[in-house]
Amino acid sequence: MTTCPECDGQLTIPDDAIQGEIVPCQDCGAELEVLSLAPLEVGLAPEVQEDWGE
Amino acid sequence: MRLAMLTSRIRVEEKLLLAEMERRRVPFEMITDGDLILRLSARQFPYDLVFERSISFGRTLYTLQTLESWGVRCVNRAEVVATCGDKLLTNLALERARIPVPRATLAFTVGAALDAVEELGYPTVIKPVVGSWGRMVARVNDRHAAEAVLEDRATLGSWQQQIFYMQEYVDKPGRDIRAFVVGDETICAIYRESEHWITNTARGGRASRCPVDGAVGELALRAARAVGGGILAVDLVETRDGELLVIEVNHTMEFRNSIDTTGVNIPARMVDYLLDSAERSA
Repeated sequence: MTTCPECDGQLTIPDDAIQGEIVPCQDCGAELEVLSLAPLEVGLAPEVQEDWGE
Repeated sequence: MRLAMLTSRIRVEEKLLLAEMERRRVPFEMITDGDLILRLSARQFPYDLVFERSISFGRTLYTLQTLESWGVRCVNRAEVVATCGDKLLTNLALERARIPVPRATLAFTVGAALDAVEELGYPTVIKPVVGSWGRMVARVNDRHAAEAVLEDRATLGSWQQQIFYMQEYVDKPGRDIRAFVVGDETICAIYRESEHWITNTARGGRASRCPVDGAVGELALRAARAVGGGILAVDLVETRDGELLVIEVNHTMEFRNSIDTTGVNIPARMVDYLLDSAERSA
């Protein structure tokens, strides 16, 4: 269990989450990036960059 | 054969691909582009084949160019990424292959771009040469709107925003088509319907199945080959006269909304192609 760096709400991370995955905060909706799994660490996901896409 | 997947953000698509690789017990590693250090004089990389799935065009392009210069096989190839990531280069490649595309013009100053817009007629679409998901794409209906958009772009920091690429607006029937090409086959396609003129599913467009056993499949495959081939998503529009035009080709395709819609296991087909490529280069 960890908390959202934006709103400090409790976060539930899916069991199959992997490093680099983006998960939304269930409380405030902020996009969070899973920075590490052990120990569980999340940070605010980077803003969309000009060259991002498919 | 040592395989790696180059990523930045892990989207649903990357998770589906990872699950497919794991299901087949294919050994591979994940490389996060943000952590990557390419030591240019070393000319060594611990993988033989790299599957590009990074969300960043710039990072992908430079990584693949470096790796290919060291003899590492990349899917898609750097040249394909360079072409697909730039709307002008895509347009030129498609024109060279005589693929039908909307009329388009290129200009470098606001004045010349305004003249170019007038030449195309209204409405016209102004697009950045680099970008995706419909970002910064503007439909202008008259000269005042064109002036506003172009002058706004001219103030932005990136030099690429001042490369003015204008495309004829295609009066499509409330939908466009995304076709998925893997190697020598158009494996499936979807219609993307929206009341908004931008129909990307990333922007809320609704997906439904589009048959590929005809003109759509054929044209998508020709377009994919024109940009160098590989694993590609081709965006097409139908004109009111029933003609098909190719709008763009995407090199790191998103497909999450298209698996159930088409009934085709897209990540499985992608992994098939990847493993074939690995076998060919072994």
